[in-house]
Amino acid sequence: MNDVTGMPESVVVLGGGSEIARALLVRLAGRRLRAVVLAGRDETALAAAARELESLGVPTVATTRFEASDVSDHEDLVRRALDTVASVDLLLVAAGALGSAELEALSPEAVARLVEANFTGPAAAMLAFARVMADHGHGRIVVLSSVAGVRVRRSNFVYGAAKAGLDGFSQGLGDALEGTGVRVTIVRPGFVRTRMTAGVPEAPLATGPEEVADAIVRGLERDAEVVWVPAVFRVLLALASHVPRALWRRIPS
Amino acid sequence: MRASGDARPVPPRRVLTGFGRAGGTAAVLRPVRSPDEVAPLVEEARSEGRHLLPRGLGRAYGDAAQCAGGVLVDTRPMDRVLEIDPDSGVVRVEAGCSVDTLLRAVVPRGWFVPVTPGTRHVSLGGAVAADVHGKNHHRDGSIGSHLRELELVGASGVTRLGPGRDAERFWATVGGMGLTGIVTEVCLALRRIETSRLVVTTERARDLEECMARLSDLDAQHRYSVAWVDGISGGSRLGRSVITAGDHASLDDLDASDRSDPLSYDPRVPLAVPVTPPVGLVGRTTVRALNEVWYAKAPRRRVGEIQTIAQFFHPLDSVRDWNRAYGPHGFTQYQFVVPSSGSEVVRRALELLQRARLTPSLCVLKSFGAASLAPLSFPMPGWTLAADIPVGGHAIGPVLDEIDGLVAAAGGRVYLAKDGRLRPELFAAMYPRLAEWRAVRDRDDPGRLFVSDLWRRLAVQDRERSDW
Ligand SMILES: Cc1cc2nc3c(=O)[nH]c(=O)nc-3n(C[C@H](O)[C@H](O)[C@H](O)COP(=O)(O)OP(=O)(O)OC[C@H]3O[C@@H](n4cnc5c(N)ncnc54)[C@H](O)[C@@H]3O)c2cc1C
Repeated sequence: MNDVTGMPESVVVLGGGSEIARALLVRLAGRRLRAVVLAGRDETALAAAARELESLGVPTVATTRFEASDVSDHEDLVRRALDTVASVDLLLVAAGALGSAELEALSPEAVARLVEANFTGPAAAMLAFARVMADHGHGRIVVLSSVAGVRVRRSNFVYGAAKAGLDGFSQGLGDALEGTGVRVTIVRPGFVRTRMTAGVPEAPLATGPEEVADAIVRGLERDAEVVWVPAVFRVLLALASHVPRALWRRIPS
Repeated sequence: MRASGDARPVPPRRVLTGFGRAGGTAAVLRPVRSPDEVAPLVEEARSEGRHLLPRGLGRAYGDAAQCAGGVLVDTRPMDRVLEIDPDSGVVRVEAGCSVDTLLRAVVPRGWFVPVTPGTRHVSLGGAVAADVHGKNHHRDGSIGSHLRELELVGASGVTRLGPGRDAERFWATVGGMGLTGIVTEVCLALRRIETSRLVVTTERARDLEECMARLSDLDAQHRYSVAWVDGISGGSRLGRSVITAGDHASLDDLDASDRSDPLSYDPRVPLAVPVTPPVGLVGRTTVRALNEVWYAKAPRRRVGEIQTIAQFFHPLDSVRDWNRAYGPHGFTQYQFVVPSSGSEVVRRALELLQRARLTPSLCVLKSFGAASLAPLSFPMPGWTLAADIPVGGHAIGPVLDEIDGLVAAAGGRVYLAKDGRLRPELFAAMYPRLAEWRAVRDRDDPGRLFVSDLWRRLAVQDRERSDW
């Protein structure tokens, strides 16, 4: 069960090797975390994350395969997760890929793959989890969206467009889950320094996984629907919606 | 718990929280109007593979009266006073009957409940399940020791229990937080009163040490006592407080006008906080200001003041829905008890709450007398401190975890009826008779039909995979 301060005992992570996920789990391990399922593709990263949690004294840690594109496996993924945890207090959706935004580098397949990795795959898996969580009558889904999806920019438009889809889906899912005891928290960071963004020129107001994780913990404590990291993005993106396209497309990153 | 793939239509659920209004999980709420409607609901839940739990007036602060994904048997409509023996004062009520309803029925006839919590809006079933204590604990113990009989609809059927009748199960039900089944009827011994008033002594104490010393003295002379502690002032004023002690007034204590109707009882229908404000009204500045005014207004020492039952026992009930004032994130009440040898923990707890700027707005200190026979009962001889703390602040979890550690190390415990965040490791340490209780429950309800969110949170080893 989540306690009344929003802290979970059991967590399932989609994208279990994600650095933001790891930073968050380390924080939750200091509170009341007891069981974690790390689902992902990169077995080495999953194993490393699992070892870290075990060394922090989390009693139960399991890893399992999550492939965004393998939608037919997603219900089975839920079953595998429930072999380890009695119920899902917190589902963290942290899977994604940045990809390219250069027309020469992109192909129809590459676009489809990016949309799948960032939107349709995570959305399908979220739905599978949401149904079971609704049946259990409690839980929280934390979705890593991005400011890139709030107003899509030239520099990462495929990624941004997919995140826009995921963000919209998550808002709607949150509304659909009203009255089920399951709540959705959407996290919108700006540029986060991780493996995924390595080599990409840093945007203003960049943060690290630690700061994002801290903001998520505060969001859990406050039962927040949306968490911006840093918080000032809430205002900036409200203003951004008024910036004309001609100007917006010239914003460098 | 439900077999997956079950195609039964899911009945509508509601998201319910405790009195602290934080958290909240969804369950089907099934109102019952009389005790014989209860057993069929238990059977229905069992056949559908759903967990179930009784819920009374929802005054437990945390997740004790929640059962995510299950069925909550709502006892509120089952609220009749069945029988009052005018000679012995033994009363039989349905378990959804509130202390409020009971007082309205019995005070005019010269009887009072043996124990009342700080609000009269609790059901007798809920009071039994938490083995509640009142301002007279140092003298009269908790409610369990005033019970004559209970009717329980458990996993293995309907039974009548009492201290001399299936005593193990009786004491497992007292303080058992609804986990042994649904109490449908409560039979308890009332206290004779001559008037519906109290004679009250009020004193101010400069600091915690003085407060504890004065409380101990006053306990020896009075049936009721409690200290309201200013949770904000620190340093040399840490623990400064206003102590009230009282006794039921006799006819002679009343002046002529009151004597004409000595047993009148008419608690006013209270004012309400109508909607939840978007931000908490109970901020740091407000609380500090209120504490100043309240302490300054209190007399250094006043004796012989006459108060009504509602004034003396249920001051919080005069503002209905005051729990909304804490704003959208809700709040928690943290209550612990430590043996007298651990009284330092009270000071440390106040200091830690203050250092974390947690604004404990309302703190109550009291000394407990002898413990009850119930294995999961909260009170033990020593000091108990209760503090209301708004949820949503960053420090709350770690600070309360730290205080939990001090409490457990001192041999004390946290009150389950208030709890929403204790960790399972410490639960077993704080309740050393847990194994004994568990043995009774497992014999009675091996399938663990009765489950609460509190229990899932605290008794992790009790839970099987896929059993939700
Ligand atoms: C303002 C305030 C002041 C309080 N002061 C005190 C105090 O001074 N002393 C004290 O001891 N407590 C105090 N409490 C706590 C309160 O007395 C307990 O939480 C009590 O259990 C609430 O009763 P309820 O009917 O609201 O029960 P609920 O909150 O609905 O349920 C509480 C527990 O009782 C179980 N339960 C309810 N009905 C039944 C039943 N028929 N059969 C079996 N189990 C049942 C539930 O399953 C749950 O575990 C206070 C609470 C508030 C809000």
